[in-house]
Amino acid sequence: MSDKTANTQQSSGTVQTTGHAWDGDLQEYNNPLPRWWLWCFYGTIVFSILYWFVYPSWPVGDTWIKGTGTVDYTVVDKGTGKEQAKEYRWNTRSLLLEDLGAAATDPQRKAMLAKVEAADYDQIVKDPKMMEFVRSVGKGLFGDNCAACHGRGGQGVVGLYPNLTDDDWLWGGKMAKINETLMQGRKGFMPAFGPVLKPEQLDDVAEYVLTLSNEAQPSEASARGKEIFQGQVGGCYYCHGADAKGLPSQGSANLTDKIWAIVNIPALKTPQEKQAALKTFISNGVNNTRVMPAWKDRLSSTDIKLLAVYVHQLSGVK
Amino acid sequence: MRHEHIETNSGLMLLLILVVISIGGLVEIVPLFYINETIEKVDGVRPYTPLELRGRDIYVREGCYLCHSQQIRPFRDEWLRYGHYSLAAESQYDHPFQWGSKRTGPDLARLGGKYSNQWHVQHLKAPRSVVPQSIMPNYPWLLNTELDTSDVADRMRALRATGVPYSVTQAEYEANVKKFGEAVAVQLDISKARDSLFNQARERDFDGLPGQITEMEALVAYLQVLGTMVDFTKYDEGYFATFR
Repeated sequence: MSDKTANTQQSSGTVQTTGHAWDGDLQEYNNPLPRWWLWCFYGTIVFSILYWFVYPSWPVGDTWIKGTGTVDYTVVDKGTGKEQAKEYRWNTRSLLLEDLGAAATDPQRKAMLAKVEAADYDQIVKDPKMMEFVRSVGKGLFGDNCAACHGRGGQGVVGLYPNLTDDDWLWGGKMAKINETLMQGRKGFMPAFGPVLKPEQLDDVAEYVLTLSNEAQPSEASARGKEIFQGQVGGCYYCHGADAKGLPSQGSANLTDKIWAIVNIPALKTPQEKQAALKTFISNGVNNTRVMPAWKDRLSSTDIKLLAVYVHQLSGVK
Repeated sequence: MRHEHIETNSGLMLLLILVVISIGGLVEIVPLFYINETIEKVDGVRPYTPLELRGRDIYVREGCYLCHSQQIRPFRDEWLRYGHYSLAAESQYDHPFQWGSKRTGPDLARLGGKYSNQWHVQHLKAPRSVVPQSIMPNYPWLLNTELDTSDVADRMRALRATGVPYSVTQAEYEANVKKFGEAVAVQLDISKARDSLFNQARERDFDGLPGQITEMEALVAYLQVLGTMVDFTKYDEGYFATFR
């Protein structure tokens, strides 16, 4: 059917061919483009010329056509702390500022952020609405920034990064303290006692420390260890306290509970293994290996406040 | 020239295709050599120290760029996850730049200071020991391989040829003191390259192995400086938009 029509048109001369022939008789029609298509094509040309003048486009010498388009955005002035409405020429960076501003003016989110910023910690914890907000925003912040070390759920890695889901805190577990930890970072330190104490003294101290959490029964060795721990020879009480419960100001561990942050004592089976592991640790100390980065330059103070509450509620402590 | 003539002469057609394509290329690329106002005027961006530079070489050698980009784009989601978008000024001393085009892993442009050295060492040795869902390969040999420091001065000389201000003469050194401060300028002095490298490794001990300089040392030193050179608290947010 179509063949017939084409042949008729060709023979009657209504359709031109491109004029060349391959393989003797293979020719190509030169049909005009459909009108609608052609007009669309002209339209895109006109559009592109308008586009050049509205948006940044052609390079000219050592600069470029910056376009007449503009973007409105609001920023917080660093000097006065007040919001300012600004208008700047269209580019991806202005667009981002507009986008960030629009997100911040999302009334619910903005209101909640302001509320959290103004409230003290007790008020936040008591307000279910605010806690809901903290949990949802905090989860994202925690996942982006904290989970790499402390794990997605805050469970940590024994020996490397503290578990945040228990109620044992090296640097203090009050929300204000957690905030401080987040703001300025922390550096864990314990001197190496290898060069200070004799091997048998290290044995004794290790034995004593194990008795503190009922991992070993008191013995003569532990009594000798206690003297070293509480006396001037070892001086362990300086940082761990005379009651061995740790001092948050030093970031020293509580040795009387069953929670072990560095040496994984509960995972070891025999008393000998436990003592040996602890002895090695006391001998080497901690230097430059337990570092929590400071976040004050990376996150806003409101984000850090949110995180402090979020981390605190991970521990389940009221 | 007739259409048929071009279509039946493949040599001529090839030539004309090249002409057409190069017009597009020239219009898009050549102006970039002359437009300087797109490079933001910010303080703090400096060339890498010898140790960081060796770390960067290892980063390239191990093909980290195949999975990690170093370019945060100006979008809200990237801003929230990674931090401030990357500036042109921040990669002005990178040859070649490590912007990358594929993010199998996260962007690393603002990685510096985010995690501790210990974390980096552990994570490079065995990524899944800290991030269980990670698909990154293990790089345990970095910790067992001593860093080759013998050619660090040559590497700096090669970069100097591309315009990175590592100094050879006293005048260049003094220009660096003026531009970057003395502490940095000393590290950019090619004649003291190995000393600077050893000093930085000794002071900071990135790999946690005192007295040893491993490839891990250099790589962590490099990762810890990424994206930390510009102090963004010094600039108003609208400032960077004026360069686009």
